[in-house]
Formats: sequence, C-alpha cells, structure tokens
Amino acid sequence: MTRLIVDSKEIDVPPEYTLLQACEAAGAEIPRFCFHERLSIAGNCRMCLVELVGSPKPVASCAWGVRDCRPGPKGEPPEVRTRSPMVRKAREGVMEFLLINHPLDCPICDQGGECDLQDQSMAYGIDSTRFIENKRAVEDKYLGPLVKTSMNRCIQCTRCVRFATEVAGVPELGATGRGEDMEITTYLETAMRSELQGNVVDICPVGALTSKPYAFAARPWELNKTETIDVMDALGCAIRVDTRGREVMRILPRVNEDINEEWISDKTRHVVDGLRTQRLDQPYLRDNGRLRLASWSEAFHAIAAKVAKTSPKRIGAIVGDLAAVEEIFALKDLMTRLQVANLDCRQDGSSFDPAWGRATYLFNAGIPGIDAADALLIVGSNPRKEAAILNARIRKRWRAGKFPIGVIGPKAELTYPYDYLGAGPETLAAITRHSFADALRKAERPMVIVGAGAFARGDGAAVASLAAKAALELGAVKEGWNGYCVLHSAAARVGALDVGFVPGSGGLTARQMAAYGTLDLAFLLGVDEIEIAPGAFVIYIGTHGDRGASRADVILPGAAYPEKSAIYVNTEGRVQMATRASFPPGDAREDWAILRALSDVLKHRLPYDSLRALRQELFKSYPHLMRIGEITPADPAGIRKLAALDGNAEKAPFTSIVDDFYLTNPITRASAVMAECSVVAQGRAAATAAE
Amino acid sequence: MSVRRLAEKQPASFAFTPANLAWAKAQIAKYPEGRQQSAVIPILWRAQEQCGGWLPQKAIEATAELLGMAKIRVLEVATFYTMFNLAPVGRFHVQLCGTTPCMLRGADDLKKVCRRMIGEENEVTADGTFSWIEVECLGACVNAPMAQINADYYEDLTPDILTRIINDFSLGKTPNPGPQIDRINSAPIGGPTTLTDPSLFAANGKGAERGTVSHPDNDAKKPGEAANLRDAPMPKAPEGDVTDPRRK
Repeated sequence: MTRLIVDSKEIDVPPEYTLLQACEAAGAEIPRFCFHERLSIAGNCRMCLVELVGSPKPVASCAWGVRDCRPGPKGEPPEVRTRSPMVRKAREGVMEFLLINHPLDCPICDQGGECDLQDQSMAYGIDSTRFIENKRAVEDKYLGPLVKTSMNRCIQCTRCVRFATEVAGVPELGATGRGEDMEITTYLETAMRSELQGNVVDICPVGALTSKPYAFAARPWELNKTETIDVMDALGCAIRVDTRGREVMRILPRVNEDINEEWISDKTRHVVDGLRTQRLDQPYLRDNGRLRLASWSEAFHAIAAKVAKTSPKRIGAIVGDLAAVEEIFALKDLMTRLQVANLDCRQDGSSFDPAWGRATYLFNAGIPGIDAADALLIVGSNPRKEAAILNARIRKRWRAGKFPIGVIGPKAELTYPYDYLGAGPETLAAITRHSFADALRKAERPMVIVGAGAFARGDGAAVASLAAKAALELGAVKEGWNGYCVLHSAAARVGALDVGFVPGSGGLTARQMAAYGTLDLAFLLGVDEIEIAPGAFVIYIGTHGDRGASRADVILPGAAYPEKSAIYVNTEGRVQMATRASFPPGDAREDWAILRALSDVLKHRLPYDSLRALRQELFKSYPHLMRIGEITPADPAGIRKLAALDGNAEKAPFTSIVDDFYLTNPITRASAVMAECSVVAQGRAAATAAE
Repeated sequence: MSVRRLAEKQPASFAFTPANLAWAKAQIAKYPEGRQQSAVIPILWRAQEQCGGWLPQKAIEATAELLGMAKIRVLEVATFYTMFNLAPVGRFHVQLCGTTPCMLRGADDLKKVCRRMIGEENEVTADGTFSWIEVECLGACVNAPMAQINADYYEDLTPDILTRIINDFSLGKTPNPGPQIDRINSAPIGGPTTLTDPSLFAANGKGAERGTVSHPDNDAKKPGEAANLRDAPMPKAPEGDVTDPRRK
C-alpha cells in the first residue's frame, strides 16, 4: 500500500493505483473525458489535471501512478490537491480549449441533458469565448445503421476507438489525420461490424456519436427510467428501459459486474421499435380460415369448447423463448390439471432434461467464472452470435493473457484467436487424445462451454453425454470448480427447465407435437420457431404477429418483457426479476393473468388471483427461484450421470443455434432497425464470400 | 496542413514487387514475433516508392494484409505522416519549406516560381513531371530558403536558382544537391569567418607565439581518480517510497 495525501486527507491505496483512482478513493471527484475504467488509458483530454505538490505543472491524474509520486522533503507522503486554484485554472484552460472547436448546438444535440461536456462546462466553463477565428468543421461519417455521427462535436477522446479495438475486438474505428485535422472514422466509412457498436454511443462523452434509431426522439429528462433485465439472449443483461408515456423510447445498459459489466449488445439496445410494431393487441379467432377480432370471452369459450372435446393425450403445450417463469409455471399448472403430459419448453429440439440434474443445463462456472478460468474449450457454439456480451467477456479474459482457447464446431470469427480442433462430435469424442487437451489438463480451472446448438439435434443427448465426459476427463469438474458450462440462447429456457416444463411420462416432445397428426389442440406460449403441422387447433399466447400467430386458430395477446413484472432465470441459473416499464397495448394482458382467466372458463381454476399469490405457489414448489439476483449452485453429480449416459453421436458437424444475430425472436423480427442491421451484415457476408 | 483523404482516382490493384516483398519480409523479421506491425512505416515508405511517390488505397490494404493489421490502423499511419502522399505526385516532387526561417529568407518568392513553372500546389503538371507542395520545417534553416526535390535537399535558393534547377530537371539533368551558393554544407558563405588567424594553427597546435595553452594535451592524458571515487555517491532512495526494491 502507498500512502498519500489527497486534499489534506491521508489515504492508503494499492501501489498500482493511478492518481485518479486514489483521488476517487479519497472521495474527490475528478472530471474526465478520455478516461474510462474499462478501457486503456489515453491521457489525451487533460481534463483530469490535479496539482501534485512539488511538481512544477499540473499532472494528468488518469495517467499518473501513485508510485510515481515523490514524497515531500521531510519524507512526508506525496500530496495531491484537487481543489486548489491552480487545478481550477488548469481545468478551465483545458475546457476553454475543448470548447474552441465544439459547436454551440446543445439545443439540437441528442446528448443534451446527459452530456459530460455540458455537465463539466457548468463547473469549469466560462460564459464567453475569446476565440474569434472560425471553428473547425468536420465531415460527418457513415458508421452504419446504428451510430449517427456529428463530428463537429468530437473532442477526440478516442474512447470509441479504444472500445472497438479492445472490448469489441473489431478494430475498425480509428483516428485519421493529426492535430486539428484528426478525425474519427471507420476504414473508408464502411459500416461498423461489431454487435456491441451501440456502446460507443454510451461512452462518447459528447454528442459526436449518438443513436441513429433514437435520433431526435426524446430528451432524457422527459423519460421514465425503469431498471429491468433483458431477454434477447440467455444472459439476462441488466438494462434500463426509458419510457415516455406508455411507449418504450430506448434501452440502455446498467452496470452488473456479474453479467454484462456495462455493455449490452445491439440487439438488446435497438430492439425498441420491435416492441411497437406488429403487436397483438386484441384476441383473434379463426373463422372459415380467416382470423377475425374477438372478445376475450369469445376466445376463451372457443378454447373451452375445443378442450372439452379433446382427450388430454391429444393436447400439448409448448413454451417459447421469451416466456417468464410465472407464466410457464401457470401453464404447467393448468396443463397438469387438464392431465396433459405433452409439455415441452425446447422448441429447438434440444435434449436438456431436468431429470439429469440442474448442473447439466446451467452455465455452472458463472459468467464471472470466465475471468477465473485459465483454459477454454468451446463446443458447438458461436458465442459472438449467441451471447455477444459473453463473447466480450471471453475476449477480455483472453486479453489478460495465458488463456488457450479451443473450438469444436462452427469456424467463425470470434474476435480472439483460437485453436480450431474440429467440426463435429467425433472430435469431441477424441478430445482427450487431442494435443489441445494438454492445455486443458494443465489448467487449474479449465472451462468447457457447450452451445445450445450442440444439444439441438437428433443425437443431442449423446452429444451432451460426450461433452460431459470430456469435461470430466479434462478436469473441468472438480472440488470447488465446475467448468461445465451450457450456453443457452433463449431467455426462457433455464427457467422453464427449472420448473420442469418437459414431457411427463409418455409425453411428446416439441418436435413430436409439431409433427403431423400427433395433436388436436396445442397451446403455444410465444412459440415462433417451430411450425405446428396442419390439423391441430392452435392457441397462441404471445406478443407479436409472427410465425406462431399466423398459424394460430385463437390468438390471446400477451405482454412483452418490458411490460410485465416477471422472473427470468439466465443461463448461469441466476434468478432475476424484470420490472414493468410500460403497459401491454390495447386489450393485451399479462400472460399469467390470461392463463388464470382461461383456467376459470376451463373449469380448472388456478388457485392464485394475484401475481403475488402465484409467486408464493411458485416459491413453495421451487424455493431457489426466491433468491433474486443469486445463483443456487447445482450439484455436479448430474454431470457424472450425464457422462455415463453414452449413446451414439452422429458425424454431422455442429452448427450454432443462432444463424442471424439480429433476427432471433418475434420482437427482433418486428423491428425495422434489426432488419436493416441484418441486411447490412448479410451484404457484408456476401461481399466477403465473393472475394 | 489540411484534411488528408485518399485520392479519388485509384489504381485497381497493387502488389509488392518480389524484390520489395523480400525487403519487406526482412524488415518484419527485425521485430520480435507478434510485433511485426512495427515495420509499418518502412513498408509504407517502400510501397510509396514503388508507386511513384504516392500511396494508393490498394497499397495501404496490401501493407495491412502483409502485417496482419486492421486496415484502419495502417490508414491512421498513412494519414498521420505528411511524408506519405495520398494523391499522385510528379516525377519530381518539390517540397518547398515555408516555415519562419525560410519564409523570412524569401520562401514566398520561391512559391511564386513554383506557381509559375509548375502550377498550383498539389497539382501535377500535365506531363506528370512536376508537382510541388509547401511543407513545414525540414530542418535546414541555416541554409534557408530550401526545398526538397525527391530525396535531395536544394538549399540557399533564390528565385533564379530554383528556376534553373527546375529547368535542369525538365531537361533531364540532375542538378547538384546541397547549397547552391559558394559554401560547403552549412559553413559560412565565402569561407571561414572565425578562427582565421593562422597563428592559432602554427607550431602544430602548440600556440608557441602566445604562451602556453591552458590545457595542454599532456595534462589531459594524465590518469585521474578512479570513477567510483570521483563521482558523487549514488543518491539515496527518497524516504517513504515503498515501491523502491532496495528497501527491505
């Protein structure tokens, strides 16, 4: 520890701290533009100047280590002043230089109200200018469909450049030219390729990079901010939903060190317009092959009539990718009361089974476990597409050094180098004899990430068994460390598996239910990724007019994730609660309430009248869901059981479960922004293929 | 200086000549494994030479490819340094210094010469022979005003001399580089102005006529104290510096 005096307060900080960190530890606030905790230090904005007693000039505290400070003449600790007149004058000088070329367009700037430069100029700015020459003018750049540029406002902090290079791992932003002519751009103004590019808008301290879809939509002070969680992938990133009235205006990340740090993917951020379009806001009923508007009771009675005529063996229920635990529990409850055994939450056909134990379908090491791991094997997954934030975490770990990574499965650009071991199950079966296995065996905490794509195949169970066996043999599962990590891609999956929404004895799987002639009546809770064969009467409870709704005979409009208070369990098994930020449109209701009302008409009334009562029932049956924000560790014995299962794996190569990152669920498919991103990405893929 | 952009008209392709490629590989080999991008400036420079004095877009991309760098990183370097020309230049590229010493010594008149004989700044003559550009200080202030033509400095210019030099180039001759007036390198014009008294150099430097020299060679050759005795002791580490490894 190093002692120093900050504003006449003596503190003790670790020697690797910078002065800025030390000052913050002492409670002093240091203004900054270029410095960002999660990026490398640039030291080019000079806003963080402090006075170091004995130094002839102020020093940039972000780039000055406490171990570089000289003690006083009598050996007293080095002294830093952050509020002296010298510091104030220095910062005012810096601010004046920054404002020389900064346009006075705050009234028409989207950053207005949440702008670092605006805020700090309130403290260090002067009210007039001494600069009578022309201001610099910079051409705006095209950076793709998500990031809007207004380059006159840029103060060249290079945070965006460092983010793209270091965190996103796609070095495509750069600063061309020099001095006054320095400009931020991509190479020849091509669209950015990263799935995390939206974050450059957040880290831009001024209004140079703003969100294109949100341009001129709202001012920060007129928005209601609701802290909730995201369901676009299975990570459950912490987000803040900003609403005006009942309309969701934008989605921003929140800090959650255990999951997303402070980044979110573009899908999470820009799916907003998908929440507005294609919404189901009225019950529909199919009459003579055409859907028509119906009232709730009409729809319920049509269902009741159908249920009464159908044997439980010919009824089935499938849960989609975005459903919350409450409605899954209510649906399971209702189906049990109807004596239906055909339940499934695995519309992708994957072979997870709660009977094997919770450890066989969780990301057991946890997302922070990636930081602790020291070797990684990725099986049947493209984490960049399936969980872009997790991929950034892997990259972060890789950047820290000594992190061998091997991949079995699709060969993709993952933003970090890896050893490509093979494409399919035979490589996985022989992994212990592969040269890469040594790297895993030598590691103290090896990690095996198995993508949902490896399970979602006919031989999924055999592949799961192979993966479990590999994890065991490579020492990934041991006392104090469980490195067997399943990476899901659907936010609902782990919650549904936790409440056991899988076929009961003699029940059919989702794939079987979708096949021709197996069912007469199907309940779909937001199921849009599989097509139910003609013949069955389909009841669709969901939010968007997507594939499921167009197949449905009865549509019951539900609530999307920002419109309900709901529990989700992420791929780690972390239980999180989403908060209601707005309301479902029109006649749409929260899904659990729909099921509760329907149960009444079906004469199997569910015994809870409020969400609270439902949760009490839920917690009684599944107490681990009560621990919001926490992970209940799973017993690794399940993995041994799974490894012993064996089975015949086919030779077909693994594929990622996510084909198009931007279009993975009904909300994204309703979003024009996501569609545009997808087109840009595909155009690029085609151009690369042509080369 | 102004904003630098890639030229609008670009050649369709670029490939290093085998000789240049071998040379580039040798440059890369100078740096440790994984640090090959340190060779970016020499390789860009060689690419510029190969392209006749400027860097086409494809050359930047070929360099990025060769070094395993992102294209934007190479573009950053190419746009940062003004020595990389992003648009075609003439066979003889005149870089005229316009910074204060040269300006005070008449660089403005030289600019007029360039305008008259070559054309506007940054424009290449129709036959592709000449182009000129005003640059910042090239470090030959003693011989101001000066210009760099391709790889050579032409110093102590006057409008007449620059006119002659440009004419010589257009006739296919190669004027002698360096000072264009009566001096050697940056020595005084017309010969030495100090230390001219021949007596200083009489008697083999012993200065016999003026008594003894203050420090005769003999003194200097005497052995002195050992370095460790003569030098001040190593300063102590400041107290309170816990990071100093010499402290326990």
